[in-house]
Amino acid sequence: MKRISPHVNGQQISREIPDNRLLVDFIRYDLGLTGTKEGCSVGACGACTVILDGQPISSCITLAVMADGGEVTTIEGLAKDDRLHPLQQAFLDYGGFQCGICTPGQIMAAKALLDNNAHPSEDEIKAWMMGNLCRCTGYYKIIESIQAAAHGKLAP
Amino acid sequence: MISFTYVEPRDVGEVLETLARHGDEAKLIAGGTGLINLMKQNLVQPAYLVGLHRIRGLDSIKSASGLAIGAFCTLRKIESTTVVDSGFSLLAETCRQVATIRIRSMATIGGALAHADPYQDTPPALMVLDAMVRLRSQKGTREVPVSELFTGYYETVIQPDELVTEVFIPEQPSGSGSVFIKFLPQTHDDYATVAVAARVTLRNERIGDARVALGAAASTPLRAKVVEEALRGQAPTPDVLRDAAALVASVVDPIPDFRGSANYKRDMAVVFVRRALAQAVMRARAGGA
Repeated sequence: MKRISPHVNGQQISREIPDNRLLVDFIRYDLGLTGTKEGCSVGACGACTVILDGQPISSCITLAVMADGGEVTTIEGLAKDDRLHPLQQAFLDYGGFQCGICTPGQIMAAKALLDNNAHPSEDEIKAWMMGNLCRCTGYYKIIESIQAAAHGKLAP
Repeated sequence: MISFTYVEPRDVGEVLETLARHGDEAKLIAGGTGLINLMKQNLVQPAYLVGLHRIRGLDSIKSASGLAIGAFCTLRKIESTTVVDSGFSLLAETCRQVATIRIRSMATIGGALAHADPYQDTPPALMVLDAMVRLRSQKGTREVPVSELFTGYYETVIQPDELVTEVFIPEQPSGSGSVFIKFLPQTHDDYATVAVAARVTLRNERIGDARVALGAAASTPLRAKVVEEALRGQAPTPDVLRDAAALVASVVDPIPDFRGSANYKRDMAVVFVRRALAQAVMRARAGGA
């Protein structure tokens, strides 16, 4: 067992967990933040994407102990009170999701992109987002949503 | 997930002490992008996981007659560091093609070498750049050329009590052009069906020297010396490149999988070595990269 103390969505957390707890399970079960989804369990699909110390990572292949002392942001950490993050609003306005299962991961990956590069080209968006899989949308609306959020263009 | 004890040494000295104490009951974990999946499949079951993410000072990139890269440097850091792009662009170009941004944000250059998965991209690129790794244990320090590091499927010369601390890349010969080509007929985030790293050094319009290495073409990353020898001293004509590339068929030993049969991968190795040589020559003529 280990006691870990990460910052999660701006809050200092402290929990005792088994050494082998995966970060996705820590987030979903220990913290009750079920916005993060688990898809493939091998780090390939991107559904479990969260931001750790400014980097997008696959939480299903990361140990929770590796986040000790770090900054973790999940989908629940984006909205401020009642105000959605521009990315969340853009995904709504531009139809960037259908079933929604990949969407938290898409938005977290997109947030990491815009934090790294505020005005990405379409090619840069595609290269960055390439690892976040979606079975529903065909990706076009996801790319448009990110472009809209990046360029400050939100639907009327 | 199997049970284990996670140990967090505070510096390199404590890492080496922990490794010496536990021997092959312990596995090092940096980004964990390779290891965690092996553990999820019960293929690797260490009693102790030695976590490196607290260790400071192992993730720098320094240029001084070549490049010294800390073993704990992530692929993401390497691909986005300017000094790598100018003079060692093959490494940046290779890192950018590994898996996805999430994997590259955690996977480290030292971990990639220690993991020794023959499908990985960075080992053949490092072979072609004449890179060396520094290994440290309580018994001392040694340097091993990356071309001599791999002994078998997921196996290296690295002993259980050793830690990869740095990767050194020497200054590249002037007149060189290099390229990394990853054949990805399926998805963009996949391992290669075959991957080729190549460097050609031109001297007076002849091939002064060459390096060719392949990933996903055998049970280890593979240095194709037979191709290199066929190129030295020759004029870089399409015929010469084609004949040299054909020789790679005799040294690859591809693992058949859903990406293709061994015969298919062998044929593709020949095709992609030829293409890589042509591109490397073009880049050498254009003033190097």
